[in-house]
Amino acid sequence: MATLTIGIFSSLIGSMSFDFALKLAETAANKGHKVNLWLSGNAIGLVKNNQKHLKDYSTGEKPLKALLEKGVEVCTCEACTLARGIQKTDAIGGVQWNAMHWYLAKIHHSDRVLHIGGE
Amino acid sequence: MADTKLAFIVQRPPYKSENPKLAVTHAISYQTVEILLEDGETVTPTLCFIGEGVLACLKGQKAMEHYGITSTEMHVKSALLVDLNVLVCKEDIDRFGITEDKILDADDMGADKKIQVVPYDAIQKAIESANHVLFF
Repeated sequence: MATLTIGIFSSLIGSMSFDFALKLAETAANKGHKVNLWLSGNAIGLVKNNQKHLKDYSTGEKPLKALLEKGVEVCTCEACTLARGIQKTDAIGGVQWNAMHWYLAKIHHSDRVLHIGGE
Repeated sequence: MADTKLAFIVQRPPYKSENPKLAVTHAISYQTVEILLEDGETVTPTLCFIGEGVLACLKGQKAMEHYGITSTEMHVKSALLVDLNVLVCKEDIDRFGITEDKILDADDMGADKKIQVVPYDAIQKAIESANHVLFF
């Protein structure tokens, strides 16, 4: 089995890039691959807890929790997250908080990297 | 004992989005990645500016004065200070009418490295020699 690292910089709401990344992560994890998710820039909105799923908007909380249960490692950029006013007490449990070198280290140990840039 | 080569390709203009800044700060983080790697494992980024991304390499940016934030110029200078290879596309600065004397340096910070103004072929080679390519 391979290791896939996905870096997401796109916002959860506003494009379907994020939805694609979560579905790809789920598919890879279901096939037995090791998956890492790095959230940076506007992507960090995913880690906020108590998201309300309105049908007109993408939602990330439920898929993220499912990925965490499958063993997917998810890490949010601490600086990006704090800068947007989200504290650890507001965040979904199980998500790691770290600096950008987390992403580079995961890339180093990955067979494939998918970098989804921001808007 | 392995080195992972990364090509950071910055194609978007500074300040319109966060992308150029994030590219530079992520590349700079190679300085501390060793705390998460085994002995002998390294990550070597090359930072390449193409298209509108070359605007990030202009000297004299006034982001702190106008926006109250660190300028992309300061981030790129920090990249030079930590010995990152920084390439900027010659064809693209020519298209914008930017002469090489307008390209920033980090001499005032004591950096040995300088931005290399190179033809796109050299950036293509950096992309081809990288293990992974990250577009910003």
